[in-house]
Amino acid sequence: MLEIKNLSARVEGNDILKGINLSVKAGEVHAIMGPNGSGKSTLSKVIAGHPSYEVTGGTITYEVNRRPADLLAMEPDVRAKEGVFLGFQYPVEIPGVSNLDFLRESFNEVCAHQGLDRMDEEAFRQFARQKLALLDMDERFLDRDVNAGFSGGEKKKNEILQMAILNPRLALLDETDSGLDIDALRIVAKGVNALRSKHNAIILVTHYQRLLELIVPDHVHVLAGGRIIKSGDRTLAQELEKRGYDWLLEKT
Amino acid sequence: MKAEEKLKEDYKYGFVTDIETEAFPKGLSEDIVRLISSKKNEPEWLTEFRLKAYRQWQKMSHPEWQAVDFPKVDFQAISYYSVPKTKKKVGNLDEVDPDLLETFEKLGIPLTEQKRLMGVAVDAVFDSVSVGTTHQADLEKVGVIFCSISEAVHKHPELVRKYLGTVVPAADNYYAALNAAVFSDGSFVYIPPGVRCPLDLSTYFRINAKESGQFERTLIVADKGSYVNYLEGCTAPQRDENQLHAAIVELITLDDAEIKYSTVQNWWAGDKSGRGGIYNFVTKRGHCVGKNSKISWTQVEAGSAITWKYPSCVLLGENSVGQFYSVALTNHHMQADTGTKMIHVGKNTRSTIISKGISAEKSLNVYRGLVKIMPSATGARNYSQCDSMLIGDACGAHTFPTIDVKNDSAVVEHEATTSKISADQIFYLRSRGYTQEKAVSLIVNGFCKDVFKTLPLEFSVEAVKLIEMKLENSVG
Repeated sequence: MLEIKNLSARVEGNDILKGINLSVKAGEVHAIMGPNGSGKSTLSKVIAGHPSYEVTGGTITYEVNRRPADLLAMEPDVRAKEGVFLGFQYPVEIPGVSNLDFLRESFNEVCAHQGLDRMDEEAFRQFARQKLALLDMDERFLDRDVNAGFSGGEKKKNEILQMAILNPRLALLDETDSGLDIDALRIVAKGVNALRSKHNAIILVTHYQRLLELIVPDHVHVLAGGRIIKSGDRTLAQELEKRGYDWLLEKT
Repeated sequence: MKAEEKLKEDYKYGFVTDIETEAFPKGLSEDIVRLISSKKNEPEWLTEFRLKAYRQWQKMSHPEWQAVDFPKVDFQAISYYSVPKTKKKVGNLDEVDPDLLETFEKLGIPLTEQKRLMGVAVDAVFDSVSVGTTHQADLEKVGVIFCSISEAVHKHPELVRKYLGTVVPAADNYYAALNAAVFSDGSFVYIPPGVRCPLDLSTYFRINAKESGQFERTLIVADKGSYVNYLEGCTAPQRDENQLHAAIVELITLDDAEIKYSTVQNWWAGDKSGRGGIYNFVTKRGHCVGKNSKISWTQVEAGSAITWKYPSCVLLGENSVGQFYSVALTNHHMQADTGTKMIHVGKNTRSTIISKGISAEKSLNVYRGLVKIMPSATGARNYSQCDSMLIGDACGAHTFPTIDVKNDSAVVEHEATTSKISADQIFYLRSRGYTQEKAVSLIVNGFCKDVFKTLPLEFSVEAVKLIEMKLENSVG
């Protein structure tokens, strides 16, 4: 579904990614771990198409209608419409815009792109309610302004709600677990596990093993210095939890 | 699409109606003032009113404190009276020149019996005259007077004479004096005691003629316990020259009365290089004369090369309320110096100011406001919130609030913010499927929400569309 080859990228003149190779198939969950500043967030932003990040080499191929397509050639909103979702590490506030209106327009844009009917306000509210219930979230979320005045945990939960509503084929979650208490963490895990299917793929960017106890990954990668320095299965995450990153960094 | 066509689409009101007009020679003199008055068959007191104002104006000099910058207006290069030629005096709207009816229909303001807007009575002002007012009969049934001010001068002289110039006297300012001397038409509204006006009233101003100015005057009187919702819209053709629009609006509320006055201003703003556009220099003011009365101004200022106006409230009656809600959007080379004055005179008077300024490209957007609490205004309260949003690096936003409190019991609050649409905000929305333009318009609409929600529904939909259209392609 996603094929990253020799990807390098820079931001504000600093080279961050220095040749990433990663292959993700439908149905898989990948965890990307690594020390601070290793390029984890950059990788997810480049996949989603943040304009401040300049791709200096390599390719990203993403399957659209069962055919490989050049993801880097797509505008960020087109990527979203084709099923790429980025759960932000720092979700942005949009004052004066209700979560419901924001989500409905987003949902409808994606539907329209995929040739599906748009949903009217009432139908969408019903649909959103089901998703909220699934995530044990308060319905009042819908009537609040997008992330404005939300606590850190609420913002992250809101990202998961958006993911549940947009039902992406490829979900990238950028440190969605950081700063969450155990209850919020369970909600995040619930949302991600509900999305898991043989058609969808998930990439979790995380610092901590604790999320991976709730969402069991198929593959774990360690990113350091802009490269993936080690890949393995879930046991790699457990090993990292015990030993930290230093033993890996020393080897390279 | 060719660039030219695209530009036309950006401002779909930019067309010119090809209609024969009768216009005065350019220039201003006492003779011209007398001529306007005699053309309109005015009573002597009104001719005197004009002449006094004209003499006043001659003694005044052009103000220089404003932040907006423009070349000196040549008052001798303007024609002060331009009316479409009609074959005969029209008695009813269905007999109005078809070209004029078509013009207003193209502007979305159908005037004929079959097509006129539901629930809204419209007075249509074309250049210097009102061409017709809809729904007059329905309004007369409840005693509401809604007609052109020229008509009111003849049919209701006692009311016009009693109130004209009492809120904005000719000597108030340079352009108020000019308007008082040469005003050609405008709307007059009187709501009798205890009547809640059954229809929204609306005036649509259209400038068509070249090298003419529009100087209209609106007077609205809400008698005791009455209510009216009044809407104002404005457009003009695309022309390379600047044109002057110097209007006056006077509002009066007696005991327990309320006037809600909403404007969506979309005068031609000039092209992207700053050529042409309307100079919108307007004095709007309301007197809350009666106790418990209320005046509420809502404005969406999205057009004009220069917008220079401060819709204000003088809160005379005890417990009276003044409100000002404003969105001012400037783009390209547009300039705006706008805001409000809330003058608290009566006890326990309250005012609210919500101002949202959005500047893009090379434009300048200024909020200027005065909150004045007089010694008599015990228990007065004001809340002001002035927010500016910048789009791009070349624009400017300034806020000049003045607070003058002469009574210790008053509570005055002022909040101000300046924000910029950030790349991260845009990216966040784009990653949720919003195009660049939709992302910007969502953020801007959210920013303006507190003002838009005070507009009547149709106006609010129009305002959202207008802001979207004005910002198209302006965010790189």
